[in-house]
Amino acid sequence: MNAVYLVFGIIIPYAALFIFVVGLVYRIVRWASSPVPFRIPTTCGQQKSLPWIKSKKIENPYNNAGVIGRMALEVLVFRSLLRNTKTELRRGIQKLVYKDSKLLWLGAFVFHWSLLIILLRHLRLFVEPVPAFVISLQRLDGLFQIMLPTLYITDILIVLALGYLLLRRMAGAQLRYISLFSDYFAVLLLLGIALSGIFMRYIFRVDLVSVKELALGVLSFHPSIPAAGIGLAFYVHLFLVCTLFAYFPFSKLVHMAGVFLSPTRNLANNSRMRRHINPWNYPVKVHTYQEWEDEFREHMKDAGLPLEKE
Amino acid sequence: MYDKGKIIAGIVIFLILITFPIWYLTAHSQTSHVPQLQAAAGNECVESTSYMLDNHMKLLDEWRTLVVRDGNDTYVASNGQEWNISLTGTCLSCHNKAEFCDQCHTYEGVTLNCWSCHFAGY
Repeated sequence: MNAVYLVFGIIIPYAALFIFVVGLVYRIVRWASSPVPFRIPTTCGQQKSLPWIKSKKIENPYNNAGVIGRMALEVLVFRSLLRNTKTELRRGIQKLVYKDSKLLWLGAFVFHWSLLIILLRHLRLFVEPVPAFVISLQRLDGLFQIMLPTLYITDILIVLALGYLLLRRMAGAQLRYISLFSDYFAVLLLLGIALSGIFMRYIFRVDLVSVKELALGVLSFHPSIPAAGIGLAFYVHLFLVCTLFAYFPFSKLVHMAGVFLSPTRNLANNSRMRRHINPWNYPVKVHTYQEWEDEFREHMKDAGLPLEKE
Repeated sequence: MYDKGKIIAGIVIFLILITFPIWYLTAHSQTSHVPQLQAAAGNECVESTSYMLDNHMKLLDEWRTLVVRDGNDTYVASNGQEWNISLTGTCLSCHNKAEFCDQCHTYEGVTLNCWSCHFAGY
């Protein structure tokens, strides 16, 4: 029985963290090795041109400041999702209707920010002494002060958001058609993690002192399974988290790193201001007409052909 | 690799963030810290130790409701013994806040609101 705890409590977490870090760095280096010879930003506004034509600095950035502004808004508030539209065939009016669909943005926003806050809250189990910002965040998250243990707002929000993101894929025929295994797997895995955590907090309760003992042991590279033992619910939660970490670099979840390396977002649209030379251009051996004429001047003269230079 | 400087800077920032717990622990050298609970002065608690370990917060919450909302200040334990419902009078007459309550609560970063009303000097 001890060996099982050793595998699920220590070996799998180390392996998952190793795969996560090395895999992510490998993916980033691979992306950085692909040349991006041309400027291919997606432009959604007036390009900078003449001084009296008003340009959009963020929709069509022409310098680094614009790109940083655009990337920051993309990474922090998922601005491009606000452009999401949906197409519907309206039976009543027999017309194809295009309309704004901001729910995807809302679901993504709520999910990602809840995940970040939940992740930061978990620091209380990973570091000693607990930093003040973790305590403040926890107080803010448990603002309602209802239930015992305190109900966290993000716990509710993340389940609602993930539930919506899952149902969204299943409800519409078009979206269901393009959804693949990996799309469902990521959402279901995250939902499993959130629900196992909530169940552990309210129903299958575990001894947190032992949990922290294990976590500190693993993080200080002196791992040991706490003598008091930890409930099964903890190992379920931990295993799902490890699965997520190990799966991360191989899946679409790498958009965490990939968003920073998207050429359609991180390039300034300055093709008309600067010349960008293709990095894989090599010096081509050329033979100009002048050189050619010099080489055959005598023969051409004899044959009576016209020459550019006598 | 293109844009080497930026890529390496990004990877370094990522590694620093992801290893935050490791260097924070090393800086504070608290890795082997475990809460040390001082044995209580009295002989017996209101309920059994294992029950209290799991449910002390629920019991205190129930006590709060009984006294403040129902005006009932007597708790009948599972073994039939009656206890005066009082955090400072009953619980803290045996347990010490700093050496008992705070040990785990500080370790786990638990935020509770007992001490916003009750005198914490015991």
